[in-house]
Amino acid sequence: MTPLGPDLLRFATAGSVDDGKSTLIGRLLYDSKSVFQDQLEAVERTSTDRGDDYTNLALLTDGLRAEREQGITIDVAYRYFSTPVRSFIVADTPGHVQYTRNMVTGASTADLALVLVDARKGVIEQTRRHAALSALLRVPHIVLAVNKMDLVAYDQGVYADIVRDFTALTDDLRLRFGALPDVTAIPMAALQGDNVVHRSVAMRWYDGPSLLEHLEGVHVERDHGETRPARFPVQYVIRPMSTERPDYRGYAGTLASGTLRVGDEVVVLPSGRSTTVAGIDTFDGPIETAVARQAVTVRLAEELDVSRGDMLAAAASAPPTSVQLDATVCWMADAPLRPGARVLVKHTTRTVKAIVSAVTDRVDVTSLTSEPVGELGLNDIGRVGLRVASPLAVEPYAVDRTTGAFLVVDEATGTTLGAGMVG
Amino acid sequence: MTAAPPTPVLAGLSQLDVLEAESIHVMREVAAEFERPGLLFSGGKDSIVMLHLAQKAFWPARIPFPLVHVDTGHNFPEVLAFRDHRAAELGARLVVAAVQDDIDAGRVREVPGGLRNPLQTVTLLRAIEQGRYDAVFGGARRDEEKARAKERFFSFRDAFGQWDPKNQRPELWNLYNGRHAPGEHIRVFPLSNWTELDVWRYIAREGIEVPSIYFAHEREVFVRDGMVLGVTEHSLPRPGETVTTRLVRYRTVGDASCTGAVESPARTPEEVVDEVAATRITERGATRADDRASEAAMEDRKKEGYF
Repeated sequence: MTPLGPDLLRFATAGSVDDGKSTLIGRLLYDSKSVFQDQLEAVERTSTDRGDDYTNLALLTDGLRAEREQGITIDVAYRYFSTPVRSFIVADTPGHVQYTRNMVTGASTADLALVLVDARKGVIEQTRRHAALSALLRVPHIVLAVNKMDLVAYDQGVYADIVRDFTALTDDLRLRFGALPDVTAIPMAALQGDNVVHRSVAMRWYDGPSLLEHLEGVHVERDHGETRPARFPVQYVIRPMSTERPDYRGYAGTLASGTLRVGDEVVVLPSGRSTTVAGIDTFDGPIETAVARQAVTVRLAEELDVSRGDMLAAAASAPPTSVQLDATVCWMADAPLRPGARVLVKHTTRTVKAIVSAVTDRVDVTSLTSEPVGELGLNDIGRVGLRVASPLAVEPYAVDRTTGAFLVVDEATGTTLGAGMVG
Repeated sequence: MTAAPPTPVLAGLSQLDVLEAESIHVMREVAAEFERPGLLFSGGKDSIVMLHLAQKAFWPARIPFPLVHVDTGHNFPEVLAFRDHRAAELGARLVVAAVQDDIDAGRVREVPGGLRNPLQTVTLLRAIEQGRYDAVFGGARRDEEKARAKERFFSFRDAFGQWDPKNQRPELWNLYNGRHAPGEHIRVFPLSNWTELDVWRYIAREGIEVPSIYFAHEREVFVRDGMVLGVTEHSLPRPGETVTTRLVRYRTVGDASCTGAVESPARTPEEVVDEVAATRITERGATRADDRASEAAMEDRKKEGYF
């Protein structure tokens, strides 16, 4: 199967306040002709009204009234642009307010993280945090954008030093988190557009791709779990109860990982019963094989008790089920997370009650060290044990970004309290 | 820095396949987790695509929720006819909530100039309350407008229907949190990640029927504030505004009194795709007078409970 038309790359950007992230995104949108004339005119008008010296491309991405008034970015914003070969979804994550929460949110769906550094400052504390969170969230690719090269006279030595520091950092991350993304470094001057869309004339010593060339070319297919065993969380049972199809019963869901074929032997979790796939249906007709990320409806050979929250898994390598979760949790609520707390855990299509059995230590994402603690505060990341009310088919997040991920939800208020990664 | 290791050749999904699957996933989550969803259907292209996705999500069963139209009374007749025809074809229940009823009951007052878009919020919230909908699907896209760029797939609304953009739930992976108390509801935007171009490429790919006014046709028009307005009972030329006949199409179809046409020769979805790919003006900038009010016009309306 060859994709018809362009494919999709989701990337998250992370940067600190003045490293030129908004300018870089503005430049990417502008040079790829994704900024529209009326948007640009509105930004120019606002810049003039505010007395800015230049057209402030950051205004393209700061949408809310409060953001414009305060000159800060509050929330993750999503941007869209496309080239003939690929479409892009950019999760633009702000650098200071609710930093961890925003970065984790943006990185959770990203194929690639764009980490910016200012060439004059090099690898700083924020760079370490950005890289660590990208590694923690298992973003498969990182681009280190060494920006503002114009302010260091396009000096190759400065660039080489920064790349060396970043490599040392990613080596540390590799030790800490196991496998790590592939990393590509690109020297840039976003204000002038050097190596953003077009290759830089001022940096002939760099013979790699421009940022856009790299974004267009990076391979992401293998990151979506096609090579893993099948994992199919059941979302919804389809029973038309119509005269044409009185006995139809199909299990609708999105294939999280692997491929699923008609005739495959599958096990229903958590019950553990096995059967075979009798058919895979879509509105456009039956198909023989479903691939990861496809939304389909599966029919089974035998009538079993299967409902929302169950998982169909390849019988040959099904995940274990467990009532005990050991996870890294990113805490996003004002009230701290403490042992004994009663919460809800939302894992794939199943929501279960849970009790926090332990909060053992907190990870400092800057130094990559851990310290023992008894609770997690807002924007802390730490090791947490949870006992859930009924068994879940979980796998380590490092193995599977779908079956290894869960939300922690407040049962009383319904708010999302935290994000969990198993293992 | 090392180059990426060699990649095995694997089956790939196109961007439209991925967007389609994501939208279907979202719609199934809602059908599974909510008691009474409703789908806002105006007969505009985005809601038509959303309805097509709903049909795919639940096939071979029927769409398990009603369609809801907030009717400004300022309609293009082709769009109303399309709405009724499509609902009948699907055997879907169509609930119409009329802005005129709220005007007649004194709950809202007509504004000078006759724009009814801002008035729709009251009617929409009344429809949600009367239908006791706990989830309402809308066809809004994040690329439309900068306040919408901050929207979630599952957007929490309080008992007054209000959106609090500074205090939204984080949305991670494809795990959507729809918990809410009675009286509160969730707006769901399955097309969040679609762009105008994606919508048209999908309409072309799937052969989806849309109202005829989306394609080039001869129409009597006049120009007001730089916008090309068709002569209808809801938009009549004022003294000094000259009526001419031009080849136009609509990029959006909303309140007929404030929705502008664009000059275009595009007569098929494929020609519209080419035109949208080349255009330099956003669809709202080209065609919506109500968004020109201020930089934050959409945000302000949305906070009140607008679509």
